[in-house]
Amino acid sequence: MSTKLQDNQRIVITGLGLTAPNGNSLSEFRESLLNGRSGVVPYEIRYFGPTLAGVCNFDELRHQKKKDIRRGTRAASIGIYCTHEAIADARLDWPNVEKSRVGIYVGVTEHGNVETENEIFLIKGYDYDTQFWSHHHNPRTVANNPAGEISLNLGITGPHYTLGAACAAGNAGIIQGVQMLRLGDCDLALSGGVSESIHTFGIFASFNSQGALAKHEDPQKASRPFDLDRNGIVVAEGGCMFVLERLEDARSRGAKIYGEIAGYAMNSDATDFVLPDPIRQAECMRLALDRAGMTPDHVDIVSTHATGTTSGDIQECKALRMVWGEGSRTAFNNAKSYIGHAMGAAGALELAGNLPAFDDGICHPTINLDRLDPECALPNLIANEPRQLGPVKVILNNSFGMLGINSAVIVKKFEG
Amino acid sequence: MTAAEIKEAVLEILSDIAPDEDLSNLKEDVSFREQLEMDSMDFLDIVMELRKRYRIQIPEEEYPALASMKSTVEYLEPRMTEVAKKQ
Repeated sequence: MSTKLQDNQRIVITGLGLTAPNGNSLSEFRESLLNGRSGVVPYEIRYFGPTLAGVCNFDELRHQKKKDIRRGTRAASIGIYCTHEAIADARLDWPNVEKSRVGIYVGVTEHGNVETENEIFLIKGYDYDTQFWSHHHNPRTVANNPAGEISLNLGITGPHYTLGAACAAGNAGIIQGVQMLRLGDCDLALSGGVSESIHTFGIFASFNSQGALAKHEDPQKASRPFDLDRNGIVVAEGGCMFVLERLEDARSRGAKIYGEIAGYAMNSDATDFVLPDPIRQAECMRLALDRAGMTPDHVDIVSTHATGTTSGDIQECKALRMVWGEGSRTAFNNAKSYIGHAMGAAGALELAGNLPAFDDGICHPTINLDRLDPECALPNLIANEPRQLGPVKVILNNSFGMLGINSAVIVKKFEG
Repeated sequence: MTAAEIKEAVLEILSDIAPDEDLSNLKEDVSFREQLEMDSMDFLDIVMELRKRYRIQIPEEEYPALASMKSTVEYLEPRMTEVAKKQ
């Protein structure tokens, strides 16, 4: 159990920055989550045409020059915005932070599709003559791009890389930061996930061909996990970066502590490209609980991964029942119902949206739940209206992805 | 294209490549890189944009001719005239 760990092995969250389709700071995002404010809007992308998406509207020029934006990628701009905001939120004495001891760990579902599609579109105008293919293509599409641009922008000389972990990537970024702090590889971990996926038509077209792209006449009702009328995923962009520190370091500088990483786990289904396996998902959650020295009953809120696909939601609910049974006090919620699926950012954003519950005791609901699918009828599924739970001390955050990648992160309220 | 038109075309390219820079006081006989925040990738953008917009092919060994506005215009003038004739 983490409280038995030495302070140099206990990892705490001391800052966060985010951009979501319904908020560009934790306070805005949380307010949206407590007031049912969706961020899903009509959207159009080349070749695919009109669809729906979760679109972010943060100020790119707050931390980047126009040239940086032109040269770089949207994923990196999102990452840079979130990281700057996280560092400011953590009240770090940034000019005097030893930059070689800062690590950047950014989860991504995919990277390079947007930039490659753009180049192919562009050279089509030159009869596919590759001499018009941009020299910026490689630095834009290398898999470390979003983390690397954060390093360049902030002058961070410690390790930087992305973690390609499908839609478990937000959690994977956090877990990597925890591990690297414990190993002593860095003194400050900037960890989380980003998504620029709404800018690739391929994501929409592929989900559509799979029968997994959400459609609804009212964009704000399109993302509806657990509802009988759900018909797929709303793709979203977004990002969330956390500042993680060892407890001893956070204490010594008197940092505000959002919560302590109490446990985590990642595993694999090894069964199917797209269909999740609830047995392995349940194993993943149990492993995270074991590592945290907790039983399921310790958990106050489970932030579910559910994306609004017919089968995926049912599979996760099966896994949750395997762990919590039918009569648990644990509350279950979901943030994708507001913003869609922010892919590589989803895990990090969804965790962030729940952290204020440590202070206000409120569990934000999953919205758009008009006709509950009986197969998704979890006990204490918080539907449509926020619920005051009383003291909230433990949050478990699920994030799963294609190729059977599962992750769970447990954060507990910091109590000294 | 006249020398003045070529200068205008190059300025237009520069304003896209270096959108944060004030180009109004650009000295013609001083290198771009001394006056603007430009690196080798930006320089390659000039080459690429000339290729895209005017179908001008510049061999790598002739890149030094694009160092300043003056040298660029001098280098491009006969080539841009040729382009104009073709069109």
